[in-house]
Amino acid sequence: MIKVNGIDVFYGDLQSLRSVSFEVQSKEIISMVGSNGAGKSTTLMTLSGILKLKGGEIFFENHPIHLCSSSQIVEMGIVQVPEGRQLFPSLTVIENLEMGARFPKAKKRKKETMDWVYNLFPRLEERKRQLAGTLSGGEQQMLAIGRGLMACPTLLMLDEPSLGLSPILVKTIFDIIKEINGQGTTILLVEQNVFHSLNLSHRGYVLENGSIAMSGTGQDLLKNQHIRQSYLGL
Amino acid sequence: MDLNLILQLTTSGFLLGGVYSLIALGLSLIFGVMKVINFAHGAMLVWGMYIAFTLMNWTGIDPFFSFAVSAACLFVLGYIVQRTVVNRIMTFHESMQVIAMVGVMMVLENMAQLIWGPDPHSPHTKYSLSTVWLGSVMIDIPRLLAFILAILIAAAVFVFLKYTDIGKSIRASADNRIGALIVGANVNKVYAVCFGVGAACVGAAGSLLVPLMPVSPHTGFPFKLTSFAIVILGGMGSLPGAMIGGLMIGVAESLGTVFIPSSLKQVISFGIMVLILLLRPKGLFGGKG
Repeated sequence: MIKVNGIDVFYGDLQSLRSVSFEVQSKEIISMVGSNGAGKSTTLMTLSGILKLKGGEIFFENHPIHLCSSSQIVEMGIVQVPEGRQLFPSLTVIENLEMGARFPKAKKRKKETMDWVYNLFPRLEERKRQLAGTLSGGEQQMLAIGRGLMACPTLLMLDEPSLGLSPILVKTIFDIIKEINGQGTTILLVEQNVFHSLNLSHRGYVLENGSIAMSGTGQDLLKNQHIRQSYLGL
Repeated sequence: MDLNLILQLTTSGFLLGGVYSLIALGLSLIFGVMKVINFAHGAMLVWGMYIAFTLMNWTGIDPFFSFAVSAACLFVLGYIVQRTVVNRIMTFHESMQVIAMVGVMMVLENMAQLIWGPDPHSPHTKYSLSTVWLGSVMIDIPRLLAFILAILIAAAVFVFLKYTDIGKSIRASADNRIGALIVGANVNKVYAVCFGVGAACVGAAGSLLVPLMPVSPHTGFPFKLTSFAIVILGGMGSLPGAMIGGLMIGVAESLGTVFIPSSLKQVISFGIMVLILLLRPKGLFGGKG
């Protein structure tokens, strides 16, 4: 479904991705783990077309999307739930959700998608007329995921959805990611919560210093000695 | 002091304040979304005035109708200015943005002078001197009409921002640019529409001012300075702040003429601006400092 071929991405003069290659198959949950600054968010921002690459290519169903604008990429169904949520604090919960459904395909199904989002996150329905800036951290994360779902994504990319949430909420969020995947949406999950995310995923990639250090099925990676020592502290 | 005089001045200041509000609304909208200060705002006002003035001379259409034409023309102008100039300078330091925006101002001002000449024109409308009495207060009909239309146009802008898709996108982009990119908004187009709407506000305001005062290429300058004071009073980027600030400054300037000559009325608005900067720098309605 998505195939990333040796991409190089720079922030100014600083190279943050070195020849990164990976692929995501349809209906998979893929996680990309790694420590702070390894290049995980950079990878997602590049896939979303917000950062431009200097080398390599990205294909989505055989379209070279590294040549597309960020809005064309969303229209194709590649949608990101970014780190730090990036909501619109002075818009209401409903308006934030509506902002997610910008393109004809998503607009047509706006009503049903919104019902589904409220079904996944009943808290959002209770607070639908509230300003997004007044929500708690967990509710904001729910809204960010909901806004992503409103675009009717074929590939949903989540950046650190568990960051700053209570352990109970982390579990809820991971359960919901699994449920979204069950409905047929492919998931690319970027996480520092290595155990939870690898446990949930079909396959995983380990990003270290801007390159892929390891890859394999979620369970294999969890058994790997290096991962156990460096990321799980076992 | 004579109570009647105070009532009279308050009323006429309040009515002109409505037009101030509309001018400041455009400035505040542009600043709130793009974080760029439109130094060409006064020049755009003058273009709005001249468009209405020319239409009146050629076709006899009243400025209180032709404001729609002025607004449409200024929308296009604003859209182009955003696409060609502002988009390139948005990430620059403020002091560098000022240079580009003052450049736009000079181009517009001098083009107006080239086309319409440097002399002031005072157009005559049928009702320019007509008045109504409300008790003991005399109300200028042109001022009253200008006020009503300014408030209606401002209300239309609020409705546009609140309920239309592009209006919601404008508010979203003002809130969080990265977020807007993430949801796939075409941010450059949103910005261009926003600048266009801001320019259309000031263009319409220019048209409404035609029956009230002479048109010349430099008429816009004092209005620009006053609208800076209004935006600072109301809170940078706050649209309700711009509306209420405009009415307050209108009344304050008008009442100020009791104490100082009316040619010095800007002392009042700048006095208020200085006070606000000292006591409440984020303005009356400014959320973020």
